[in-house]
Amino acid sequence: MQVPILKQGPYLIATIQSALTDADIVQLRDALVEQVGRYRSRGVIIDVTALDVMDSFATGTLRDVAHMVRLRGAETVIVGIQPDVAFAMVHMGLTLEGVTTRLDLEEGLDHLNRNIKSAAYR
Amino acid sequence: MGIAELRAESKTASESTAALLRELVAHLGENRTQLREEWIRRITEGRLLTAMSKDEIFAEATSVYDSYVEALETRTLEALQAYAQNLSERIIPRGVETHEVVGIVLLLRDVLARSLFSKYHADSRLLNAVLDAYEPAANAIAITVAVGFVRERERIIRQQQEAIRELSTPVLQVRERLLILPIIGLIDPLRARQLTEQLLRGVRANRAKLVVIDITGVAAMDATVANHLVLTVEAARLLGARVIVTGLSPEIAQTLVNIGVDLGKMNTVGDLQGGIEEAERLLGYKVVPIAEPMPA
Amino acid sequence: MKPLEVMEDSAMAVASDSDIVLARNQGRVVALRLGFRPTDATLIATAISELARNILLYAGSGEIAIRPLERGKQVGLAVVARDSGPGIADPARAMEDGYSTSGRLGLGLPGVRRLMDEFEIHTAAGQGTTVTVKKWIP
Repeated sequence: MQVPILKQGPYLIATIQSALTDADIVQLRDALVEQVGRYRSRGVIIDVTALDVMDSFATGTLRDVAHMVRLRGAETVIVGIQPDVAFAMVHMGLTLEGVTTRLDLEEGLDHLNRNIKSAAYR
Repeated sequence: MGIAELRAESKTASESTAALLRELVAHLGENRTQLREEWIRRITEGRLLTAMSKDEIFAEATSVYDSYVEALETRTLEALQAYAQNLSERIIPRGVETHEVVGIVLLLRDVLARSLFSKYHADSRLLNAVLDAYEPAANAIAITVAVGFVRERERIIRQQQEAIRELSTPVLQVRERLLILPIIGLIDPLRARQLTEQLLRGVRANRAKLVVIDITGVAAMDATVANHLVLTVEAARLLGARVIVTGLSPEIAQTLVNIGVDLGKMNTVGDLQGGIEEAERLLGYKVVPIAEPMPA
Repeated sequence: MKPLEVMEDSAMAVASDSDIVLARNQGRVVALRLGFRPTDATLIATAISELARNILLYAGSGEIAIRPLERGKQVGLAVVARDSGPGIADPARAMEDGYSTSGRLGLGLPGVRRLMDEFEIHTAAGQGTTVTVKKWIP
């Protein structure tokens, strides 16, 4: 199942709507990294609220997205990780180090807005 | 013997067993008042149900007696099971013990058996036949009531344990988006798990950005629990909340260092007040436009 | 407690990455039906996801079996991941954090061990691999 990517102002918002296969996640990664350049986006939000499992492959690929997107000049925020999913992830040692996580889409947007604003002050 | 066996028994029971049980039920019905009095007398003598008044014992005894006879008559245990559960719900909070419940049911079985002896003692073959019909049914009834009582007690105990665990780790919202989790007493791995679940759900439910976990009331924790605390802090971060741990005792600080905690991941402040101040300062960045954004 | 005999052993073939999703969903359903808390059901589903992916990565195909367990009064669940692939030459090393021959994260097996209560691996070079993990309701 393909993940829809919405372009909203300077941001790309990918909302995962159901369980993803490995191939779906890879496709999402490639699409995001490509579109960040095409739309000259400043930020990427990946909403994982619908994911009931985030294993090493999903976590690793999303971390890759964040790193690649950063190399392309934008910031990634992962939002909506469920409590039980977070609990399982930390047990596995999957802590998404260096990746910003926020409660939900609203918080993710808030984070990006403030970061971009503070960058403008510099 | 369970319901299934009792039913199977009744299915394969010869017509004569069925007839005997019918006769038995008629006998128990006719002598209801007298047998019930005798039973209550033996309950009092045996100092059972001491937590209940005479009137209460009389009322319960009447219901139990009638349910008992009904179970013999219909040869099904469902009604009795429901009654036993209902009875247990009422008398467990009064402090009635397992031995009392089992005791009174066995006494009733004995009282009824005695009355069968005196009625049929002249004809030992008939007496044997009556007892053959009576005993399995009576035992099944005793087991049903006892099991029903014990089950209800176990259910209540589980419920209470759950409640105590939850009460022992309240998740308090002190400001908008700020939760406090004061932990007091011993933390075993099971409680640690519960604590984490409550914290993570609390973060989501209250849209918390900051959580202060105060462990002033925890004297020591082993490496497993300390590791668990670290995992909890990391899991909260994945949800988008930052955790400040306050009130670490020297022992716990040592445990954390010994297990090699990455102190970069763990934000600690000396005491609860300092932790709340720090949390408010961090939350305050939101309304002061010249401030640095809150780091992840 | 739900009667255990109503649930049959379910073995699922793992041959494509959509089978990973099916296997872990099935694991969650069985865990919840046995009476596991949702949090534990998520840990179990995550472990199954890792085991199923290992099968795909290292053996190409295999199967995952999920079955209920009883030990005295305790109820639990076992997951058996079996393949007839090349096997693991050095299983002890495969259990170390960060070890991987597939180039991916390599957190798979040690992570699975931390998610579950019991972990057993039978493997040898050329002999295929069977990983059995168990979790009990606390």
